[in-house]
Amino acid sequence: MNHVSTMSNRESVWSLPLDLVSPADPQLFKDNAHWAYFERLRQEDPVHYTADSEFGPYWSVTKYKDIMAVDTNHKVFSSLSTLGGISIRDQRADFPLPMFIAMDPPLHDEQRKVVSPIVAPGNLAILEHTIRERAIAILDSLPRGEEFDWVDRVSIELTTQMLATLFDFPFHDRRKLTRWSDVATTVAGPGGLVETEEQRQQELRECAGYFMNLWNQRVNAPPTGDLISMLAHGESTRNMTPQEFLGNLILLIVGGNDTTRNSLTGGLYAFSKFPEQYQKLRANHDLLDSAIPEIIRWQTPLAHMRRTAVADTVLGGKHIKAGDKVIMWYVSGNRDSEVIERADEFIIDRARPRQHLSFGFGIHRCVGNRLAEMQLRIVWEEILKRDLDIEVLAEPERVLSTFIKGYLNMPVRIRN
Amino acid sequence: MAKITFIEHNGTSHVVEAENGVSVMRAAVDHNVPGIDGDCGGECACATCHVYVEAAWQGVVGGRTETEETMLSFAAATQDNSRLCCQITVSDALDGLVVHTPDGQH
Repeated sequence: MNHVSTMSNRESVWSLPLDLVSPADPQLFKDNAHWAYFERLRQEDPVHYTADSEFGPYWSVTKYKDIMAVDTNHKVFSSLSTLGGISIRDQRADFPLPMFIAMDPPLHDEQRKVVSPIVAPGNLAILEHTIRERAIAILDSLPRGEEFDWVDRVSIELTTQMLATLFDFPFHDRRKLTRWSDVATTVAGPGGLVETEEQRQQELRECAGYFMNLWNQRVNAPPTGDLISMLAHGESTRNMTPQEFLGNLILLIVGGNDTTRNSLTGGLYAFSKFPEQYQKLRANHDLLDSAIPEIIRWQTPLAHMRRTAVADTVLGGKHIKAGDKVIMWYVSGNRDSEVIERADEFIIDRARPRQHLSFGFGIHRCVGNRLAEMQLRIVWEEILKRDLDIEVLAEPERVLSTFIKGYLNMPVRIRN
Repeated sequence: MAKITFIEHNGTSHVVEAENGVSVMRAAVDHNVPGIDGDCGGECACATCHVYVEAAWQGVVGGRTETEETMLSFAAATQDNSRLCCQITVSDALDGLVVHTPDGQH
């Protein structure tokens, strides 16, 4: 059940010559018209080669089990930024942003270990109270009976406040984090978020400069629990180059911002499409435990992760050569009905809701997954406590990207 | 068959009769033992089935695999007796096994 992709979209996709089926088209994602492409590939050609696209030649891996096989085989499928990195658009050679997600062992392992304690269970328990207070303040400030934008007022505001807390970032400047996150993942172009690549790089350098000030303050002070302090004092991160520092910051900003933001919107959107699921949840708040992972599966806030083969290998019967670009389409694997029953449907009391690909698997699995789940749980707990009746007034506008699967805005109204 | 005891961080015990050949993670998940999620389904790829093996059982259970070692190095509160229990296969030899689950794994 694809809500927006129309019959004609589906028919035209199924009538394409197979070798012309190329899901890596940002416009498809903006139009929510990508589903039929993946449905066809899962059925006819689960590991699929596209010879020519705006991103060059690439493999599409579309089934859950094949994606798992790639994700857990980091010796053959590299994340290294100098080979192209972790998204279908190659990392730019003229403006490299090294970050641990785009490294292989052993450097990846060392840098990841510096960051992971901040999202460990003990620290999350400390953060929970702050997140709840901020979520309550945001929800209580929302207008009743009139239209507003859920993305701006709730999803962006809450995740940005959260990120400012994690970085101990000046609170009044917190929307800079939102801006840098968006700029980091956008593609420059006329009419876009930034007009030129030069402008994009200039804004990211401003970001680096801002954080360099914070770094200098923290490196000269005793260690505190925030992320900047951890990086400034961490044995394997304190000597990072400025580009490495910027790269890892961007990773944490995008990782802690975009993904949860779009799952916050995606959850409300999913409930609006499957209202009986919301009634189920209203009647039994305990179902939140399974509803949260189901929201994250259904939304799949990052549509893909990319690897580069560093050895010849065989996947799903296809011969992948060293140097080939391999796209793990999480958005497709999360709709694979061979592994996930009635995968197109949003069902909050599934038997195994945690079995989804949205966080990835293996050594690059999302480091902040528990924090993300906690933020979503708190927001929904507080919505349920207030029994807010939130009406989605129109289809959300979606992001023009094959990577960030998200929303620019979604008009809603809270019924009085 | 093996009787396996899972002890939560708060001291609550869960005793499970596990079939030979399945993983300890699968036995826990199938019996709704809290604190063991097994998100990846047993591929040693998520570290959500982290347990501490009681000292007397460490020799019987054995050591970590290479991948397991890496995944555990990213997990919170890893100790010398940490294992990912999706990598431990149930057999008669494990009858009586006692493992503890870490605080806040979920």
